[in-house]
Amino acid sequence: MADSENMKHNDTLFDVEEMELAFGPQHPSTHGVLRLNLKVDGERIVDCYPIIGYLHRGTEKLFELHPFFQNVPHTDRMDYVAAATNNLAYVGAVEKLTGITVPPRAAYIRTLLCELQRISSHLLWLATHAIDIGAMTPFFYCFREREEVLDLFEEFCGARLTLNCMRPGGLPFDLPVGWTDRCSAFVDKFPSKVDEYEGLLTNNRIWKKRTVGIGVMTKEQGLQYGITGPMLRASGVDFDLRKAEPYEAYGEVDFDVPVFHNGDTYDRYLVRMEEMRQSARILRQCLDNLPDGEVMAKKPRVLKGAKETEAYYGIESPKGEIGFYIVGNGTPNPERCRVRPPSFYNLQIVPELAQGALLADLVAIVGTTDIVLGEVDR
Amino acid sequence: MNLLDSVRESVGPAIFDYAVSPLLKIMVLIFMGVLPLISYLVLAERKILGFMQVRLGPNRVGPWGVLQPIADIAKLLVKQDIIPSTAIRWAFILAPCMVVAPAFIIFAVIPFGPSAAQSGGQLDFFITDVNVALLFVVAMATVGVYGIILGGWASNSKFSLLGGLRAAAQMISYEIPQGFSLVIPLLMAGTMSMNGIVQAQFDQGRWFIFQGWGLGLVAFFIYFVAGVAESNRNPFDLPEAESELVAGFHTEYTGMRFALFFLGEYANMIVISAVAVTLFLGGWHQPFPNAGWASFLNLQWLPLVGPGLAGVLWFSAKLFAFLFVYIWFRGTFPRYRFDQLMDLGWKWLIPMVLLTVFGTGLWKILQ
Repeated sequence: MADSENMKHNDTLFDVEEMELAFGPQHPSTHGVLRLNLKVDGERIVDCYPIIGYLHRGTEKLFELHPFFQNVPHTDRMDYVAAATNNLAYVGAVEKLTGITVPPRAAYIRTLLCELQRISSHLLWLATHAIDIGAMTPFFYCFREREEVLDLFEEFCGARLTLNCMRPGGLPFDLPVGWTDRCSAFVDKFPSKVDEYEGLLTNNRIWKKRTVGIGVMTKEQGLQYGITGPMLRASGVDFDLRKAEPYEAYGEVDFDVPVFHNGDTYDRYLVRMEEMRQSARILRQCLDNLPDGEVMAKKPRVLKGAKETEAYYGIESPKGEIGFYIVGNGTPNPERCRVRPPSFYNLQIVPELAQGALLADLVAIVGTTDIVLGEVDR
Repeated sequence: MNLLDSVRESVGPAIFDYAVSPLLKIMVLIFMGVLPLISYLVLAERKILGFMQVRLGPNRVGPWGVLQPIADIAKLLVKQDIIPSTAIRWAFILAPCMVVAPAFIIFAVIPFGPSAAQSGGQLDFFITDVNVALLFVVAMATVGVYGIILGGWASNSKFSLLGGLRAAAQMISYEIPQGFSLVIPLLMAGTMSMNGIVQAQFDQGRWFIFQGWGLGLVAFFIYFVAGVAESNRNPFDLPEAESELVAGFHTEYTGMRFALFFLGEYANMIVISAVAVTLFLGGWHQPFPNAGWASFLNLQWLPLVGPGLAGVLWFSAKLFAFLFVYIWFRGTFPRYRFDQLMDLGWKWLIPMVLLTVFGTGLWKILQ
């Protein structure tokens, strides 16, 4: 192979050489500190080698050093644009390990928070993805709505990004007075805002040229690489943990899981746009059927994971399946806590999708995998 | 006037008329007209984009941010000027000048108002009336792109190099349709002089955009698309594609050198718009110049406005309409990809423009 390559080069009139390009970690569109070492032939990518670890904080080890309830803030800082789902995956795993059942009101409010978080995470994704492809205006429209979601979070728990809004056994506090009304107002108008974003992009010829058929991931590839979330659903696999293994209140609400079949950047975009609409549907139902009662289960003051027990709890985060695997050792601290972050698994396929693509496509592909480096590096 | 007369006597009338006088006019036009126009165009762009993007735009410096351009220029002037140690020094310094200078020089042949004879005033509202003005415009517009290529290459940075290469490819694909699209008004008017083309539109009673079975409209469309690509604006801003190439050809530039590239881009926008106005939209003439019912459009009823100033006002109005479209593009479109842009140029625009030239020839014969 190498020989025939050399032969080819010798046949040409000029000396052909590939250029090495360090794409990141300080590049405007690698979404954090991802570094891609590229070999490019002109603008065509011959080889792509991701280098991660610039944001490694040893979170998994940190989990072992603190009692169960003190670990929730660490989860905020993994996927920092979708803290609520990280919180839920962790507290869910602890609850499974210690056998706590969450009261129904807490389950509904958790569902509310997770769906709001899905909307805000998808909005951030759309904003940055659009600006990667050169469309500037959707960025500001998305941030306008995201701001309202963050305001709702702030009103509930005081934080906008690092929410720390769940505890093993339920929630730290109930919803503030009037919160449901304000959330309701947002949910009512949000689908029309999604139409606004789509009006700028979905049928835009240039947008379609830049996304249709770019970075195609087949169903088989997706399953082999362990891809989950909107990326997998854009390749024709109908797998959503909210439907497959309903948790919290998802079993009691009615919603559709959008599935598209081409597996290209455009379909991944369409999946996420539709998911935002479905999230609004879920929010509406949760708000209408919000039960009364406690938001915290009866539980011991100090939670202890019994010796040699283990629990894995996976939920559908905006980016895919986020799971926590916790081993107990009879003390208030976990023996081991392993995270299955969706971004890490989704990032693995980028080099394969980037093979033979142009530099501009690489930006679209990286954007559409929707990675958060805090979660990849942990 | 006395001073000018004595200069004229000392250098001789020939040199004065062909060298000193145009240079003086260019200097006055650039410093009094074009530079303020560019700096406020930047402000207008930020304000209009702000309006489109549900935000405010600059509003801190002066009322409604009107002093923002001055603050920007002051900042850029005092910024540290960095030349990378591995850069090719002379080319690095030359490149921004090569972008700005041609853009400014083109203003020399654009009539932005009537001549003294036409308006009955004392001033010619143009710098020179060259009989090969159209060729001059094409030639000068081409030089500007070399500056970008040179800047990309001289920076000795990989991202800059890619930006420069993109500029080169873009130039080859878009110079040809742009050059050909200028042939259509040339055929319609039968002259290459800008003043002549404006006059021809007046004489034929319609703007060239509406002339000749709609072929003028096609030519105008091609010219404008190619012009947007030529001035590296959205959706064709590939050489500086921020999300892909960091800042493309001007990644390594700082301070006033960067500002010169910036200035060049905006000057190019104005030049492309001004040429489009002159060739396709009747230049400085009011709409319907020959129709009696439209005579109120001559603006003479405004205080202090004579025929000369009215021409300048109409020219500016048309120019700003174009510049608004440029800004609107930026607010609306995503960026084309490198190879798609070439596709558009070679597979669509060039065949289209060749057919249009052919059609216009036919129209000319049958007339």
